[in-house]
Amino acid sequence: MKSATGSHTGTGSWLVQRATALVLALALPGLLIYVLNALPADFAGWQALFAPLWLRVSMLLTAVALALHAWVGMRDIFMDYVRPTGLRLALYLAVIVTLAGSVAWLAAILFGTAWSAA
Amino acid sequence: MKFRLYRYSPESSEKPTMQDVELDIEPAGKMLLDALLAIKAQDETLSLRRSCREGVCGSDAVNVNGKNRLACITPLSELKEPIEVRPLPGLPVIRDLIVDMEPFYKQYRSIKPWLINDEPEPEVERLQSPEDRALLDGAYECILCACCTTACPSFWWNPETFVGPAGLLQAYRFIADSRDEATAARLDNLEDPYRLYRCRGIMNCVDVCPKDLNPTSAIGRIRSLLVKRRV
Repeated sequence: MKSATGSHTGTGSWLVQRATALVLALALPGLLIYVLNALPADFAGWQALFAPLWLRVSMLLTAVALALHAWVGMRDIFMDYVRPTGLRLALYLAVIVTLAGSVAWLAAILFGTAWSAA
Repeated sequence: MKFRLYRYSPESSEKPTMQDVELDIEPAGKMLLDALLAIKAQDETLSLRRSCREGVCGSDAVNVNGKNRLACITPLSELKEPIEVRPLPGLPVIRDLIVDMEPFYKQYRSIKPWLINDEPEPEVERLQSPEDRALLDGAYECILCACCTTACPSFWWNPETFVGPAGLLQAYRFIADSRDEATAARLDNLEDPYRLYRCRGIMNCVDVCPKDLNPTSAIGRIRSLLVKRRV
């Protein structure tokens, strides 16, 4: 059978994976140090820790980078191991829904009613 | 010396087997190909490809103790016994140590491994500066033995869609050539989620190349060009 290659894409997703890898390499240790440094014990302490807007924005951006990075990686795995087109599309969809849902959920937590009340 | 040889005959309905062979041979100064030919002299049913017996033609690539190499330039004294010789992995076996190279050649053909230049031919040859010529070093020396491509897990999974390290090294050889005018078309040909980007940087190709070439770095240079023209 003739192989159906030549879609003229590929560099884009590779760039996204590389760029987000860079973002994650910088952001994840940074966030971890920030949280560990001021490790609070109670709920009020946690709330104070996540109060600054810049922190919530950078956390959300890191989560977006993580989701994009994971999307390219999962897509690559499915491209290698899942041959039936229908099944592959279903898995793509499941990954997209999971990742987009997680990011939206995080956004709701970070910018939700708990903060407007505080 | 003790050998374990992969045997398969398409005429019999039997599955491939490993055959234990004992050969009286002095390893000093001899190559694996010498031993294989001595075994073939005892048992002429053993089938293998070989031609130049000095690492130039690339026809006697086999898998020796788990690593793809050219039998003719692999010293017997270096090998641990029993010496296990199998056909190249990832390609259909025709008989014993002979594989069907067509999937490999098909990918090689797909990158148009010839100079494309529609300018009128000059009276003398098309000249290159020494600097332009130096760009081809490390790319033109490939002998197409298929050691690298058949050692690449990405090629094992996607032999129809991934060009493989040997093909990509040759693609770079023509992209880098100052006399070639089809650079844009060649990059278009590789701009695809499979054809180049299935390379995950495993670097088995670099590990096994009998000519010490570096397909991974050539793939990286093609990728830089793809990125450069995009951003």
